[in-house]
Amino acid sequence: MKVLVAVKRVVDYNVKVRPKADGSDVDTANVKMSINPFCEIAVEEAVRLKEKGVVSEIVAVSMGPKQCQEQIRTALALGADRGIQVETDAELQPLAVAKCLKALVEKEEPQLVILGKQSIDGDNNQTGQMLAALTGMGQGTFASEVNVEEGSVKVTREIDGGLQTVELTLPAVVTTDLRLNEPRYASLPNIMKAKKKPLDTTTPDELGVDIAPRTKTLKVEPPAERQAGIKVADVAELVEKLKSEAKVI
Amino acid sequence: MSILVIAEHDNAELKGATLNTIAAAKAIGGDIDVLVAGSGCGAAAEAAAKAEGVSKVLVADNAAYEHQLAENVAKLVADLGKNYSHVLAPATTTGKNMLPRAAALLDVQPISDIIAVEGADTFKRPIYAGNVIATVQSSDAIKVASVRTTAFDPVAAEGGSAAVESVDIAEDAAVSKFVGEELAVSDRPELTAARVVISGGRGMQNGENFELLYKVADKLGAAVGASRAAVDAGFVPNDMQVGQTGKIVAPDLYVAVGISGAIQHLAGMKDSKVIVAINKDEEAPIFSVADYGLVADLFDAVPELETKL
Repeated sequence: MKVLVAVKRVVDYNVKVRPKADGSDVDTANVKMSINPFCEIAVEEAVRLKEKGVVSEIVAVSMGPKQCQEQIRTALALGADRGIQVETDAELQPLAVAKCLKALVEKEEPQLVILGKQSIDGDNNQTGQMLAALTGMGQGTFASEVNVEEGSVKVTREIDGGLQTVELTLPAVVTTDLRLNEPRYASLPNIMKAKKKPLDTTTPDELGVDIAPRTKTLKVEPPAERQAGIKVADVAELVEKLKSEAKVI
Repeated sequence: MSILVIAEHDNAELKGATLNTIAAAKAIGGDIDVLVAGSGCGAAAEAAAKAEGVSKVLVADNAAYEHQLAENVAKLVADLGKNYSHVLAPATTTGKNMLPRAAALLDVQPISDIIAVEGADTFKRPIYAGNVIATVQSSDAIKVASVRTTAFDPVAAEGGSAAVESVDIAEDAAVSKFVGEELAVSDRPELTAARVVISGGRGMQNGENFELLYKVADKLGAAVGASRAAVDAGFVPNDMQVGQTGKIVAPDLYVAVGISGAIQHLAGMKDSKVIVAINKDEEAPIFSVADYGLVADLFDAVPELETKL
């Protein structure tokens, strides 16, 4: 069966971003960009399913400006078979991404769509759920274990109280949690091979999707700064301060 | 304006997160209806009717909603949501699972994890692991938002007397099935609602050493959390994880033990009133947000802390 994996180009997780001085946007000039960590886990899961013989083809897709081809190439180096870029310089909100993915799902007819549970820039945690809604598929969000069976997939999900397992009829949408797997590193030969793998480009217009944003960012600002605290000498002083000064115990 | 709040519950009990979400609805202003979708959920509905500020409780009692499967509940929420100006749910795993699905069915771009209400269509929310606060304005006819519960003080659980009305819509998308669940059992308070939280990181070295934290927690009536490193190393289960991808807590007192303080962990706890860090590395980033820092070996400091409390 075929798997579609969505990957996003984001500011690297180690970078501490700051708002621009005028509060119009986050300053992402000259900042290291990477594949979103949850998307990397999604690619890894697809590759493992292929290695198990469950999956025959992995299609990696990303949306955004020209540069997001780098993230598709990363997915190809990790083991995806071909890539699709939906090219646009416009701002894409999760609803628009979900609609573009729906158009691609109708064209490619995958049995499984794997996404990360959230991107570490927008922190929305929406796209997978919205794609599932638009296509009418079942959704296995925050997955820590995925088992494909005949005609269905069993997904163990991380929920607030522990774990929950659901069974979804295929085709289905799965979003990955951190504990689903440990992504591999791309080897140099695989990075070289990835350059030769097919990568098609399309646009939201060609897919017939209206990507007009529904929400407007009025401003961005840094969060309230915490005041630097003090160092205490020993446990006795700590307990004393918590009791008399902070009055929290 | 009329607001539909989706209740968080386990059929028997209404969860505290619902009361925080009602508080966010009050900040928007307007009539507040609460939807309790479940199976045999009469008790949860009764509890919702007593919450302060609720006009009406809608109960959808049907086997299809028993385990809150998103496929079924989202359809119900989209059906009912058409008649409201706002649909809110707590940003719990249940809310995050269901609400975007309902929003897509309504053709609306939802807003995740709001921390402040600036107006009926304008909200603040954290992005980039809480390093940036964005003010966003929605142009959608129906505003669909999940609420970061730690950012809103809960409304009173008693004193209200809302009418309870049953909703006779049974949605079964028939694409998903509940198989089973494994819930962690604990006598300690719930992590997201606890007044005191004590968390351990990689410095705890193994799962047995968390016993040290449990002892302190029992003396303080605290909940015990963990960093991602401690969870990934298998010291404790993942539902104890505090951070960008785990739970967001904002207790009166947060004690970080053997936690370095990575951006992703700080995202989950830096709104705590008082932060204490116990770490032997005095360069650890956690000290830059801690009100009280103790540079010491946790294996000496934590047992001593327990005896001194």
